[in-house]
Amino acid sequence: MKPILEVSDLHVSFRSQDTEVKAIRGVDFTVGEGEVVAFVGESGSGKSVTFQTVMRLIPQPPAKIDKGKVLYGGRDLTKLSEIEMQKIRGKEIAMIFQDPMTSLNPTIRIGNQISESLIKHQKLSAKEAKERAIELLKIVGIPSPSERVEQFPHQFSGGMRQRAMIAMALACSPKLLIADEPTTALDVTIQAQIIDLLKNLQTKTGSSIVFITHDLGVVAEIADRVAVMYAGKIVESGTLDEIFYNPQHPYTWGLLQSMPKLDQNRDQELASIPGSCPSLVNPPAGCPFTGRCPHAMKICQEEMPEVTKSSSSHQVACWLQHPNAPEVKSPIEPERRWVD
Amino acid sequence: MTEPILKVKGLEKHFQLDRNRVLKAVDGISFEVMPGETFGLVGESGCGKSTAGRTIINLYDATNGEVLFEGKNIHKLRGKNQKKFRRDMQMIFQDPYASLNPRKTVMDIIAEGLDIHELSNGKSRQEIVCELLETVGLNKSHATRYPHEFSGGQRQRIGIARALAMEPKFIIADEPISALDVSVQAQVVNLMRKLQKEKGLTYLFIAHDLSMVKYISDRVGVMYLGKMAELADSDALYSEPLHPYTQGLLSTAPIPDPIQAKEREKIRIKGEIPSPLNPPSGCRFRTRCPHAMSVCAQVEPIWQEAKPNHWVACHLYSNSNPQ
Repeated sequence: MKPILEVSDLHVSFRSQDTEVKAIRGVDFTVGEGEVVAFVGESGSGKSVTFQTVMRLIPQPPAKIDKGKVLYGGRDLTKLSEIEMQKIRGKEIAMIFQDPMTSLNPTIRIGNQISESLIKHQKLSAKEAKERAIELLKIVGIPSPSERVEQFPHQFSGGMRQRAMIAMALACSPKLLIADEPTTALDVTIQAQIIDLLKNLQTKTGSSIVFITHDLGVVAEIADRVAVMYAGKIVESGTLDEIFYNPQHPYTWGLLQSMPKLDQNRDQELASIPGSCPSLVNPPAGCPFTGRCPHAMKICQEEMPEVTKSSSSHQVACWLQHPNAPEVKSPIEPERRWVD
Repeated sequence: MTEPILKVKGLEKHFQLDRNRVLKAVDGISFEVMPGETFGLVGESGCGKSTAGRTIINLYDATNGEVLFEGKNIHKLRGKNQKKFRRDMQMIFQDPYASLNPRKTVMDIIAEGLDIHELSNGKSRQEIVCELLETVGLNKSHATRYPHEFSGGQRQRIGIARALAMEPKFIIADEPISALDVSVQAQVVNLMRKLQKEKGLTYLFIAHDLSMVKYISDRVGVMYLGKMAELADSDALYSEPLHPYTQGLLSTAPIPDPIQAKEREKIRIKGEIPSPLNPPSGCRFRTRCPHAMSVCAQVEPIWQEAKPNHWVACHLYSNSNPQ
């Protein structure tokens, strides 16, 4: 698969007067053409910051891109000027945000918000843009689009606002769509509708999608590949099946176990991950998961583990992968594991 | 047979918005909760589950219907009995950021109820607070700190300690984990279950996360637009949902298992929840229901026991209906 986005060794920090938060600490990944890649992790793990950096939407200062490359179409996005970036945003790469309530402008009609990028990037006239906006609203499943196009965001429900956001993002047929927790604020029935919509659009247009979420259930529905982030690093990445049925990192094990299955035995305690994420003001020298890891060894505190490959697509950063490490059995039940 | 600790009978809570518009947030729900059990209440936003919880704990007056706690109508309690009820039933809120006063120390937050109810029982205020902090998995050095110094999960533990300070019999937990990260959700749920075992607590657990509700609840009620759609033992509800709404909810709940997610039957609920200001006639779910019949628009389905201990309000299960 041809990569459309290549991020290598990205480091981003946030500075205030006396502290520096190292939010992204060396992130490498690629997104292939026509691929859906999910980024999962807890709040503060850096998944949103990573893609705000890709889109160059983080305010600098306080943020600073310390190191690394974001290659898109042969160009390093971190080096582009704001004016050059504006030609990419919306046209080449578009983004959908978590909260459709705050990411739409309440004082501008929905139609005009969708038209904006069409007029700017595709040089359509206002009239053509409006017609296209109506078409887009129809594609994302909004009933009576020609009336809706004249309305303001407050006249839309949460699910419809998210549909309108998707219509905006799709306006210029971007090659890459970044969806940052697009369904988190929605009810499950609406969430299922939006996921179906994104899947259908993806099959039709063949664009790539980055799906940022903390919900592994949503990941299982939509992703081809998964990257698990923790404390500013990708600790494990692989295909959907590799992550769910053959996970290697203790954090991934913990995440998978702490969600109750629908057939979960109620007499058993849920396996939880003790403690909480380390502070990124003074990130630990070793593996950031050490303090919460049931299998932590001495080396884990001292040195960050190398990324090892267990298949061409499956990468893990954990000392347990080292040939000298003790054998630790995955707690993910064998019958749930994927046998090929 | 033991008596239920809580009986909710035909509870209604209407909000008068202006002269012509009444929002019927809760529109006649009935259920009972047995001592020591966990009763889950699920539904989409706007279905009235939180309003129900708030009316049951008397944060709102009921428009109609009764809430009987240990046999007494809680909306009629006055004086000493009212004060006792306010200790016996406590609430844990959804947002651990908004529900703790940022200008008070953890000690003062947890001890506020102790001060009001004069519950020190000879022990010092500090002793009680330290014990509570340890019970919920924090330590006593935390007592002098302020809420902003804690993470979401820790704050939720403080909220739990505050509820426990009153030595309640019944706790209403309104979406206690939905603002927390997945790995922390499991910690808080485990803590709540441990406390339930140790102290014999009864929970009303309000949530929208179906897999967590199933895990924690003995019985589950599903609400839709102010009405109860279905109520059953949690295993029965999940293995054999009767109401089309419950069937749809279960089949759209994300499951963290790609093979199951692909293989399971997908019942999609179309459209969105109608406005509670102007609910559909007859069965309120009919506008989104895949099995809607003509009778559904005309007659409101009765709340009936379709199977032993399995209640549903749906015309598919009416005796008069040939199906």
